[in-house]
Amino acid sequence: MPDVPPLRATPLNSVHRALGARMVDFGGWDMPVQYSGVIEEHRAVRTAVGLFDVSHMGEIEIRGPEAGLLAEYVTTNAAARLQAGQVHYSALLYEHGGFVDDILVHKVAGDHYFLCVNASNQDKDFAHIRSANRFDATVENVGNRYAQIAVQGPRAHATLQKLTPVDLGSIRYYWFADGEVSGCPARIARTGYTGEDGFEIYVPPADAARLWSELLEAGREFGVKPVGLGARNTLRLEAKMALYGHEIDASISPLEADLAWIVKLDKGDFIGRGALLKRKVSGLRRKLAGFEMRGRGIARDGYEVLWNGAPAGWVTSGSPSPTLNKNIGLCYLPAEVAHPGQPIQVMIRNQPVDAVTVETPFYKRAK
Amino acid sequence: MFPENFRYTKEHEWVLAEGDTATIGITDHAQQELGDIVYVDLPKVGARLEQGVTLGSVESVKAVSDIYAPVSGEVTEVNATLADKPEALNRDPHGAAWLVKVKLSNPAEAEGLLSAADYQAYIGAEK
Repeated sequence: MPDVPPLRATPLNSVHRALGARMVDFGGWDMPVQYSGVIEEHRAVRTAVGLFDVSHMGEIEIRGPEAGLLAEYVTTNAAARLQAGQVHYSALLYEHGGFVDDILVHKVAGDHYFLCVNASNQDKDFAHIRSANRFDATVENVGNRYAQIAVQGPRAHATLQKLTPVDLGSIRYYWFADGEVSGCPARIARTGYTGEDGFEIYVPPADAARLWSELLEAGREFGVKPVGLGARNTLRLEAKMALYGHEIDASISPLEADLAWIVKLDKGDFIGRGALLKRKVSGLRRKLAGFEMRGRGIARDGYEVLWNGAPAGWVTSGSPSPTLNKNIGLCYLPAEVAHPGQPIQVMIRNQPVDAVTVETPFYKRAK
Repeated sequence: MFPENFRYTKEHEWVLAEGDTATIGITDHAQQELGDIVYVDLPKVGARLEQGVTLGSVESVKAVSDIYAPVSGEVTEVNATLADKPEALNRDPHGAAWLVKVKLSNPAEAEGLLSAADYQAYIGAEK
């Protein structure tokens, strides 16, 4: 028998079990996939507020006089153009242009950047950034110093405001503030992975369980629900947010993944820039597209996609959409047909089932 | 919890045999494990089922799960309400949300399946 490392647990593990969550192995982490039910949890986030334990996510800090230069060199987005207190979505790439990971970059100060990275990629990301560090900067893996709780939904603001003196109204979308929540030091970012307004708060692990129960109490009047990975996936899919290992991985570039907006080719040199410039000139072979099923059936990750009756791509994510009551998905298609209105078919249990490419995101909240 | 007059499989189907006909469904344990059921794929009337072979599938938001025929026979009736209301499987898997009725080709087959007590013990041990 090969040695299987024990699952890693977040500081909220026993809280999830006490809530009756169904737990699963998620990339080596023992995580809640659902509490009351995926659809109910999904709807709570779209209409009220949901709480997510995302403490498995990794955090990496870049500090020092040339922290900005290192951040600029290892990420695709224009880290140097961030202001202190601002966040943006970005990517770490290999020289060949494929994804190491997709990340959030927070600029704390000119000499201090705070990166939030995917749980299962954190060690790889840390090694990647460190190996690229030829600057006067230090790189530190600080994942163990933070628990992370996401408060998401139209009532997230009202819920969280009850527990913090920080004026949340002054934090704009994709900005953050350092302050206190329930008396514990917290980094409060107005970011999320649901397509709703909301906050992601980074707190000391020792305070996580108390904070979680206080947030549940604060949100009770709004109908707050704890939300597991099942609904996290349907929420992000409706908002067409990429998931590493599905829409993106080492073999996919941000241009193919419809993420050209996080690539600033004009900002100067960064890892992967040369490969992306080449691909831009030679043209893309494939591109990410959204689709809706027209026939009966649910497309699932990895299913083959046909165009004009012939194999043309694959489904990266597919699911029923609880908000739209349709079966939706994302897939890779030849670039020339990866635009809305194309009839395609998805192979479901050896049967081609009709679908059509559509505009994305599938869901956009009313502002 | 699990009706005494049903027989059960380790794949979490149930069968209620009455003479040479039988009703087939999935167990309450199966629906709980699946979570919100959003799609059910069933055979057509006239289809021949073979014990242990896939007869269809049931899908939750998260996953697809095959349904295996607990007994062999010919499908005589399909629960048409499940096409529009698959969520009924979460509410009444042992009753209104049965899947198919069959004319048994070998009525003795059902005898070899698990009793309610054996199934209860099996899922207890599975956990």
